[in-house]
Amino acid sequence: MAQPVIRITALHKAYETPAGPFPVLKDVNLEIQPGEFVAIMGPSGSGKSTFMNILGCLDRPSSGTYELDGRSVAAMDKDETARLRNRTLGFVFQGFNLLPRMSLEDNVALPLVYSQVDKPERRARARELLARVGLEKYAASLPNRISGGQQQRVAIARALVNKPRLILADEPTGNLDSHTSEEIMALFNELNREGITIVLVTHEPDIAQHAARQVRFLDGRIVRDEPTHPQPQPSC
Amino acid sequence: MLSSMFHEAWSAMGANRLRTLLTMLGMVIGVGAVVLMMAVGQGAQYAVAQSISSMGSNLFVVLSGFTNAGGVRSGAGNAPTLTVGDAQAIAELSGVVAAAPTHQGSAQLVYGANNWNAFVIGSTPDYLTVRSWPLVSGQPFTESDLRAATRVALIGKTAAENLFGQDDPVGKTLRIGQAPYQILGVLAAKGQSLDGRDQDDVLVIPLTTAQRKLFGSPFQGSVRAIMVKAESPEVMPQVESAIVALLRQRHRLREGQENDFSVRNLAAVADSAAETTRVMSLLLGAIASVSLLVGGIGIMNIMLVSVTERTREIGIRMAIGARERDILTQFLFEAILISVAGCLIGLVLGVGGAVLVNLLTDTPVVISGSTVLVAFSVAAGVGIFFGFYPARKAARLDPIEALRYQ
Repeated sequence: MAQPVIRITALHKAYETPAGPFPVLKDVNLEIQPGEFVAIMGPSGSGKSTFMNILGCLDRPSSGTYELDGRSVAAMDKDETARLRNRTLGFVFQGFNLLPRMSLEDNVALPLVYSQVDKPERRARARELLARVGLEKYAASLPNRISGGQQQRVAIARALVNKPRLILADEPTGNLDSHTSEEIMALFNELNREGITIVLVTHEPDIAQHAARQVRFLDGRIVRDEPTHPQPQPSC
Repeated sequence: MLSSMFHEAWSAMGANRLRTLLTMLGMVIGVGAVVLMMAVGQGAQYAVAQSISSMGSNLFVVLSGFTNAGGVRSGAGNAPTLTVGDAQAIAELSGVVAAAPTHQGSAQLVYGANNWNAFVIGSTPDYLTVRSWPLVSGQPFTESDLRAATRVALIGKTAAENLFGQDDPVGKTLRIGQAPYQILGVLAAKGQSLDGRDQDDVLVIPLTTAQRKLFGSPFQGSVRAIMVKAESPEVMPQVESAIVALLRQRHRLREGQENDFSVRNLAAVADSAAETTRVMSLLLGAIASVSLLVGGIGIMNIMLVSVTERTREIGIRMAIGARERDILTQFLFEAILISVAGCLIGLVLGVGGAVLVNLLTDTPVVISGSTVLVAFSVAAGVGIFFGFYPARKAARLDPIEALRYQ
């Protein structure tokens, strides 16, 4: 069996508060294999956002180990984790998080600036990805000229531009209507079929249905980890 | 990499144009003030240096003593205590290049329909050596003119223009009273003296002519002043004491008796004038630099605001792989761009202002390459210095906090 993309063992995370350490994640163990599509679910306050931050190398665990692609993240310095975020991971956020003053093309190309790719190639790759999400004709527009669903597609294009192995999506459909959400999820499914590992945080069961595996958090622990049961499509 | 950094900084500056312009204004005023003040200050230094060199360098003036008639004391140079013989003796001293006795006054010059009042200096041929004063045309008078007290003259630029207009004065004859004087040569332009007098409004004639024929002198052979040129600034103190010793001996002054002459070191006067203007221009520069400092603080202030406003942007950049170094460079580059752009505008305004000052007030201004270089490097330095703290603050932001920032 191939090496897991993510291997988390005995992970604890506590925030320091004036009243002493406040535990957010307690003894979390999780392995995610290449090509998986995992939905992380749970009510707010269950620790799933903190967990995503740790997966994204934005935050560090208090104890336990996190191995990404077989390398222990705890041993890395800030520049190395920045490199991981740049090359190995792709982020998709609930609020899209495009830079408002930049054209869509420049937004998509931004990660390439930080990996020292030269300008003609940045342009070519950004165009290619924009075409991939069907928005090449808006390349020169600013983000506020397009709809939320379109902005999220641009954000996904940005996450993909450096050919990451893993996409981390934090409530990517939280700000979108159900029709647009379906479009975005279809895009994720398509990427997953191409072999990209996807970890997606959501609290909507409908959205989680698109993933092949569902992990549920409650009070900082994983309480359920099982394959998605095919549900009968509600007919209306 | 640099071009995309420039592009990003440019668009960030363009996002809030008025604010960027106002921030720049601090640098514009600072650099403009420094450049203008330095230009005026160096102009003043230049003017002083010009008058010093026009006076002749390494120069002493020996003045005869004053008279004391019943308690009414005349000014220095009025008692007939110095003689042509004194001048000849001084010229023999070691370290002295030449010594020229002078007798001067003013006279009404007439040529054709023009007349003009000019300063008339009677001296020896050595006068031109002492004053380092070349002729632009014609030739100087000689020792034989001096012996014969001939009516010949060298004319200064201003006097020549007023009497002869565009004509060449050499060979022409002007009149002082009824007496004709032949112009032998035209003196090179010297400009203003330290006290603002026009040194070119002058006629130089042989000493003997001045004493016997023009002004008259109560004691033949006595002169009011002797100008002495020393070989170099280093030998001046030693030459000065040699002159004093020599004249005391020649005038048979006993120990304890006061000098019946005085020796003035013009270089010392000039040096103190130069020092004064140098200190003044330094002071002006220092005051102007304060505005540069204020401009720098303005940049720091705005960069701090900008970092806070763009916290979310910083978080996004970090999430997609920006290292601390990348964020630091980005904000630092922006600060430097603002300060250098402000500096360029300030440079243009400062130079323009200096030219305007020159045109309106006729004050000499000097814009040296070093001023421009200093202003420019100070501006870049200010950008780096005051931009560094905000940039570091941006680079040290916690990406999670930054992403959550609304």
